[in-house]
Amino acid sequence: MAKLRINGQVREIDVADDTPLLWALRDVLGLTGTKFGCGIAQCGACTVHVDGKSVRSCQLPVGAIGQRAITTIEAVGETPAGARVQKAWLDLEVVQCGYCQSGQIMSAAALLAATPHPDDSDIDAAMAGNICRCGTYVRIRAAIKKAAGAERV
Amino acid sequence: MTIQTNSRPPEAVSRRMIMRAGAAAGGGLLLGFYAPVGIVASGAAQSGGAEFAPDAFIRIDRAGRVTLTMPQVEMGQGVYTSLSMILAEELDAAFDTVAVEAAPPSDALYSNPLFGIQATGNSNSVRAFWKKLRQAGAGARAILIEAAALQWKVDSASCTADTGEVIHAQTGRRLAYGALADAAAKLTPPADPPLKNPKDFKLIGKPLKRLDTPDKVNGNALYGIDILPQGVKFAAIAASPVFGGTVGHVDDSAARAMPGVRQIVVLSDLVAVVGDHFWAAKQGLEAIDIVWNDGPNAHVDSAQIWNDIRTASEQEGAVAKSRGDAKAALQTGDAVEAHYELPFLSHAPMEPINCTVHVRPDSCDVWVGTQVCARTQAIAAKVTGLPLEKVAVHNQLLGGGFGRRLDVDGIEKSVRIAQKVDGPVKVVWTREEDIQHDFYRPIYYDRISATLKDGRIDGWKHRVTGSSVMARWFPLGFQHGVDIDGVDSAIDEPYDIPNFRVEFVRHEPPAVPTGFWRGVGPNNNVFAIESFIDELAKKAGKDPLDFRLAMLGKTPRLKAALELAAEKAGWGNPLPPRTGRGIAAQVSFASFIATIAEVEVDHDGGVRVRRITSAVDTGIAVNPDTIAAQLQGGLIFGVTAALYGEITIDKGRVQQSNFNDYRMLRIDQAPAIDVHVIKSGEAPGGIGETGTTAAPPAVRNAIYAATGIALRRLPIDREVLAGRKQP
Repeated sequence: MAKLRINGQVREIDVADDTPLLWALRDVLGLTGTKFGCGIAQCGACTVHVDGKSVRSCQLPVGAIGQRAITTIEAVGETPAGARVQKAWLDLEVVQCGYCQSGQIMSAAALLAATPHPDDSDIDAAMAGNICRCGTYVRIRAAIKKAAGAERV
Repeated sequence: MTIQTNSRPPEAVSRRMIMRAGAAAGGGLLLGFYAPVGIVASGAAQSGGAEFAPDAFIRIDRAGRVTLTMPQVEMGQGVYTSLSMILAEELDAAFDTVAVEAAPPSDALYSNPLFGIQATGNSNSVRAFWKKLRQAGAGARAILIEAAALQWKVDSASCTADTGEVIHAQTGRRLAYGALADAAAKLTPPADPPLKNPKDFKLIGKPLKRLDTPDKVNGNALYGIDILPQGVKFAAIAASPVFGGTVGHVDDSAARAMPGVRQIVVLSDLVAVVGDHFWAAKQGLEAIDIVWNDGPNAHVDSAQIWNDIRTASEQEGAVAKSRGDAKAALQTGDAVEAHYELPFLSHAPMEPINCTVHVRPDSCDVWVGTQVCARTQAIAAKVTGLPLEKVAVHNQLLGGGFGRRLDVDGIEKSVRIAQKVDGPVKVVWTREEDIQHDFYRPIYYDRISATLKDGRIDGWKHRVTGSSVMARWFPLGFQHGVDIDGVDSAIDEPYDIPNFRVEFVRHEPPAVPTGFWRGVGPNNNVFAIESFIDELAKKAGKDPLDFRLAMLGKTPRLKAALELAAEKAGWGNPLPPRTGRGIAAQVSFASFIATIAEVEVDHDGGVRVRRITSAVDTGIAVNPDTIAAQLQGGLIFGVTAALYGEITIDKGRVQQSNFNDYRMLRIDQAPAIDVHVIKSGEAPGGIGETGTTAAPPAVRNAIYAATGIALRRLPIDREVLAGRKQP
């Protein structure tokens, strides 16, 4: 039985310690906004925040998390960076099929929280782990810049 | 707005029951097209189960809520929004308050007019439904106006509709649609309602916000893989790694003892483990020792497959199109010939294949995102032996389709597994299973020969050799030896060529199943044609742009697009060394697209696509921002294929397995993209696949310009570009 701090709540999960957080979130807790894409940390669809940093939840065993705070796409809008990113995503109509976008938004929010004014190479470094098969990269880049600009206003 | 995704658990009421309840208890108006739907609706309420009227796209309740039923599925291409815009335009509904829902399975009610079945594909949602949905909306508006006019005792011609209300301007009276719903339900829509003059469009042509995106940025959107019916279990599956192999011996003793593993299902062609969550199921599957009977395909490999298709391409093909005398023209003058090869490709949508099924003795529920909803119902009915009407399909948002979800193999397998399971089961393919058990974009081998006369093409012969996906998927599309998709964009290529012949040789690769993949036939043909055009331009000593423009007399819309793209891309401006620009001009999916890629090739053969400029005339652009987005994304999809895409076969099995060896373009490699949408009053064309067909030849031709190396196959081989290998 793992006790996890997820989106500000303590949740008890009855799974083996080696179960990746991804499956605990999706199949046990019903938090399906975090997506399964590859299972080997190649695509970033399963990205969540652990203590504010982006982590691939398909590679994070629940037994290794301890008291660290987990934030998922369902609650990232309650963080300043997450809210700005979500708004910029809608303003610029980034999304197509949308399946990867939970992970994209989580990576972008973590980037902005750590680097409020990222340049192109910062964006490349933070976002290259997130695959978008629909090819929304041009708008992802623009939306991150828009979200970063909004902070200055 | 809201999107109702029919994600209710099986015990919940079906959509049809809700509609019936609405007609009987809540009152309101059910509107469709051709038939007096209001009457049918009340009849259904009385009889308790009669089918609703054909082509029912619009529902309006007494509160004025407008619900639009989407005959095409949303897989990222934005059709929920563009089709809603078309309906709401003619209905004069308040667009920001409409709700949309996925259509239930029904070829009769929701068939795509261009396919004749309920299918979303071929970039045709808007052009297929353009007239039908305008008529549906206009018919509804007409009887809402009539209902108001009757109530006011005025001439309906003196009334207008706007944003969910009927207005009588002379007296200033207004009635909301909801207040008119009961009265309108008693009226019959006109058979041929007047449509708006495009100059009066209020919604069409505006870059409106998409309806589906708000829930996609906060985790609330539900894809097939997100459905959690009460009591659902989770299954991981393993199919034979060798195509066509079967299960031999299974030792599941270790798996049975594992925590969270509930059941092991062994079928003739697969093994599935059912668990409390997917991880438990997957761990259980990995603990099973499966011995496969590899069957007759155990020795198939890529080298043999390519040898076979090259040999097959030497025979004369079925003639798909001929004008003038290509054979004679090719014997006069100096003929140029080239061969082009395109590899197998996997779709790899970000949402892996999955399907949730609950089979009961007398009914079956299927939750899935599919491009073919009625076929999904049919396959589930066939497997279970249940009548069609006992199979409910709850279609969900698709986490990418790209043609993969035009096939129902995953649904068929999931239903077979679910037959062995008590309660609902969600079957999820791992990425490895998804990539290794796809219906692959076929390999193609193109032979093209041509002669030049006075700097223009005089004779042209193009022989396409490849699989016929149509013969399997839609047999009407394969007749007299010609696959209409296999020669699409080849028989109707845009250039003025007097002596012209296109042939098709059907050649099915051994073992490897083939299917539709974003860009379909034009992907192959536009690549081969546009690559060859560049080689011919060089032979003619002409600039690739001038060479094309001089031969586009019969295709002025493409000529205009090419001129615009060239201007925006700065065609002819100086570039650094080992950098080049390449053109792809195409008529595909009834749209006219010119694309110019700017590419840099390093000395180690590495390719960087710096920038892509596209100009498109797609007729009336229902939502211009969606048009631009689809081109941007389609171009990335095509660049991915050009740079990385290849599925290879060894010992009867796919060698690639996940994104580490089946690579995708990432943001740090993505080019800048400029899309220019040309204003047009022509009927809408298709857009979703056009960028994917455009990018590979544009990139290839840019490499040709940068290095002088004429690549003849994809993906781009950096060994060749580095000079370490012959082209």
